[in-house]
Amino acid sequence: MARWPQALVGLALGVMTLGLTACSEGPWNNPYPDPEAIANVVYSSFDERPKHLDPARSYSSNEYAFLAQIYEPPLQYHFLLRPYTLVPLTAEAVPVARYLDAEGRELPEDAPAESIAVSEYLVRIQPGILYQPHPAFAKDETGGYRYHDLAGEDLRGVNVLADFPASGTRELVAADYVHQIKRLAVPWLHSPIAGVMQDHILDFKDLSERIEAAALPSSPGGARPYLDLREIPFAGAEVVDRYTYRVRLRGKYPQFVYWLAMPFFAPMPWEAERFYSQPGMAERNLTLDWYPIGTGPFWLSENNPNLRMVLERNRNFRGERYPGEGMPEDAAAGLLADVGRVMPFIDRAVFSLEKEDIPYWNKFLQGYYDSSGISSDAFDQAIQYGSQGEAALTPAMEEKGIRLLTAVQASIFYMGFNMRDPVVGGDGEATRLLRRALSIAVDFDEYIAIFANGRGQAAQGPIPPGIFGHRDGKTGINPYVYRWQDGRAVRRDIDEARRLLTEAGYPGGRSPETGRALSLFFDTTATGPDDRARLNWFRKQFDKLGIELVIRATDYNRFQEKMREGTGQIFMWGWNADYPDPENFLFLLYGPNAKVDGGGENAANYSSPEFDARFERMKNMENSPERLAIIDDMVDIARRDAPWIWGFHPKSYSLYHAWLANLKPNEMANNTLKYRRVDPELRQAKRTAWNQPVLWPLWLTGGLLVAAAVPAVVSLRRRERSRAL
Amino acid sequence: MTAYIIRRLLYAIPILIGVNLITFLLFFVVNSPDDMARMHLGMKRVTPEAIETWKRERGYHRPLFLNRDANGAETLTDTIFFDKSVRLFAFDFGSSDAGRDIGYDISQRMWPSLAIAVPVLVVGLLINISLALFIVFFRATYIDIAAVVLLVAMMSISSLFYIIGGQYVLSKVFHLVPISGYDTGLAAWKFLILPVIIGVIGGVGTGTRWYRTLFIEEAGKDYVRTARAKGLSERLVLFRHVLRNALIPILTGVVVVLPLLFMGSLITESFFGIPGLGSYTIDAINNQDFAIVRAMVFLGSVLYILGLLMTDISYTLVDPRVRLS
Repeated sequence: MARWPQALVGLALGVMTLGLTACSEGPWNNPYPDPEAIANVVYSSFDERPKHLDPARSYSSNEYAFLAQIYEPPLQYHFLLRPYTLVPLTAEAVPVARYLDAEGRELPEDAPAESIAVSEYLVRIQPGILYQPHPAFAKDETGGYRYHDLAGEDLRGVNVLADFPASGTRELVAADYVHQIKRLAVPWLHSPIAGVMQDHILDFKDLSERIEAAALPSSPGGARPYLDLREIPFAGAEVVDRYTYRVRLRGKYPQFVYWLAMPFFAPMPWEAERFYSQPGMAERNLTLDWYPIGTGPFWLSENNPNLRMVLERNRNFRGERYPGEGMPEDAAAGLLADVGRVMPFIDRAVFSLEKEDIPYWNKFLQGYYDSSGISSDAFDQAIQYGSQGEAALTPAMEEKGIRLLTAVQASIFYMGFNMRDPVVGGDGEATRLLRRALSIAVDFDEYIAIFANGRGQAAQGPIPPGIFGHRDGKTGINPYVYRWQDGRAVRRDIDEARRLLTEAGYPGGRSPETGRALSLFFDTTATGPDDRARLNWFRKQFDKLGIELVIRATDYNRFQEKMREGTGQIFMWGWNADYPDPENFLFLLYGPNAKVDGGGENAANYSSPEFDARFERMKNMENSPERLAIIDDMVDIARRDAPWIWGFHPKSYSLYHAWLANLKPNEMANNTLKYRRVDPELRQAKRTAWNQPVLWPLWLTGGLLVAAAVPAVVSLRRRERSRAL
Repeated sequence: MTAYIIRRLLYAIPILIGVNLITFLLFFVVNSPDDMARMHLGMKRVTPEAIETWKRERGYHRPLFLNRDANGAETLTDTIFFDKSVRLFAFDFGSSDAGRDIGYDISQRMWPSLAIAVPVLVVGLLINISLALFIVFFRATYIDIAAVVLLVAMMSISSLFYIIGGQYVLSKVFHLVPISGYDTGLAAWKFLILPVIIGVIGGVGTGTRWYRTLFIEEAGKDYVRTARAKGLSERLVLFRHVLRNALIPILTGVVVVLPLLFMGSLITESFFGIPGLGSYTIDAINNQDFAIVRAMVFLGSVLYILGLLMTDISYTLVDPRVRLS
């Protein structure tokens, strides 16, 4: 009787051993199918399912990781050159603006921004570019589209795109880009940049209204009948010829070319809209938001965001060549080894869903992911700091041949003051001094060391490194918080902050009205147990000045509401660059962009006529010494007024295995998968060496169970003979 | 019994309406339709017009419970609550706020959940019952005491510890199975070994101790003493009498959880990368996707009611004394 549980376990272990032995030629813990062992595949992961894969709707980096490999806007960022440089992708050249006055007369390049009524960008694309194979392009014997007029019964048994047996392709034409620009104005697509483009692209707002008027109502199931956008006129974007289109902007907007490197401006064939808008498609989850259609080096062959996303080489891809020039250090880093070779170098990229850090990190160490970030838990295992504070890999990582790449991100995290608040906000000298005192007290260098494992750089102003307008060294420090000493920035003494606080009318941090410690309120969504240490740290920073920091923890919705209504006082916020231009950071402090009055991204509601006037000049200028001087002025004004405690620019640390090549951090480009090269043989050899199954525990467990069973059986028999229960 | 089942099913209707109402209230206390729109549209550069359009398209522009601008019955029917609740009772879950067919997603995600939950239940049941019988056989000996101490210790350990420990030992140190991942069809088996082993071991403490208690209680009853007095061997007493009679509470416990096996386990699925239903509701709450939240809560309630009904019916099957009326 008592033997059978042990027998069962023994049997299970035996079956498991035999099964694993019989079914797997490589390592037993390999999560991928054995035939893939030496395939030309990149293995990566994602931790959050993409919400949108429609280039008109998508606006987050986790979605761009897929989209940017599939869709091709006319421009891209050079993979190797720094500062970030725009180069053609499908375009023949980076377009140059042509300026016109109100009467349509052409103006010189250096015409004053006020005289420019319209900017024209003429984009000429390369001929001969083909779309990926897709059923939307499939044609029948008569030359008609095979799947454009499907009846209900035609879709029986169709659940995924692969259920359509036929596919086709066609050449990319300028009309596809114009079609996509029109899509940005479609109200029911909710493109996040519709508001921005409305301000810049000519006729955009009216186009949106024309589309709304022309659209047929949705069916009860929610599907929208097809609306042929080609028939709706649009002065903002027009087809000039088969390979050329023109975009017309209101006034001068030099940053527009950066938008042309984002998926928002990628081409969209009308056939795709026609195909997906048929009745029954949306009900089967067959939508453009789920199945992209592009001209890029890869296509999405598997979209299962609960498990994995797979990108396959697009067999129709034209074959872009690896860039021929780089920075001086790139040759030594092996980044110029593939110059002129046709990309992409890999056949497939498999992205597996990994929500938890521990399995993700362990699988990277086992060689099942080619690259990895570093979570806080794994940081000490991967990184050690040298005597000069430089980050290096630990011996365990070096032994595995892992490489480390670091880069300061084009982002900023800051602590903002609500400038509408009567205590910390406003333009008065007292509140300005209070904010400056707090800027000294809140030591973000320490914050980076404690909470980010040193992965960050204290910000001296709003502009991150690598963006025009950022200054390094002595000229780049914020003189209100730092002083230059022994060749480096040193935070000003806390006594100086106390003095400023006294001048602000709060001697010893005490409110003159109540005689008690000044209480300030920090609104945060950080409510978990892990956040306690961080919040205590903030309290201690304020306590250095005798100020009491009251934490007002709230959920994200209420926090957003406070920010929109301007009822918060102090808060943490962040911004990632859309494009490498200082306008994209300085607009966060532009008065008309205030969150309360303008619904914009100026969360501090900072408003300074001096700053705003300069911003309006600077935003329309090309990079030049004159522009740099204005930016310097603006940064000085912002530092003086201190609407933010400048916080820090995060630093990314990435680890790569030895078999992965052509890696260079690029904070702007998302379409970098095509540059990756793998050595599958080396990977397989390493995986096999690192993952040899250890069998003795199985036999030991079985042996122990048998050993335990023998005395148990003896005892059982003896007991049965001796007495009843 | 048919009348009883029909009555129970009718009782379920007000319960489901109540559950639906509470879900609705709790969700909209925390999230407003504007918040939902912002969450779906993204946080950057969202305009008020886009928020209004999003709400209108999904029917969230209406009042929550009472439409004072409407006339007659529309005062109640032209509301978010009515619009979002009625179709549920026809098991038409509709589309998520992101536009996906919820019914299809559930049908896809329940299989991986079941692929773990069923083996864990079956194997766990066999092992727990066997161990409990073994311990009861040695009742009031050092084996019994040691086993109870061990079981209490196992009960006290967090399931997260079993998961992380199991992944560390079996996959990272011994390299026997993949740490996480999943595949479709038969290829899924190697990904199921670890979560199933961990699920079974994690449940041994609670399960075995519970069954031990049941068996000991049965073993002290008069009919068992009578069986022994008849000279039956202890093995026969345990298997033929104690086990059979203790099956009633065991069955109750098992049958009630059967329908809920569909719902999956959040932690297990998250750590093992299993694309089941466990994370579906939590993801929906995080994404403020009310359509999925209400559908999953409704489905969970229906399954729970079904489980209780099945339990009642199973009583009549295993115990002839019980009659449903």
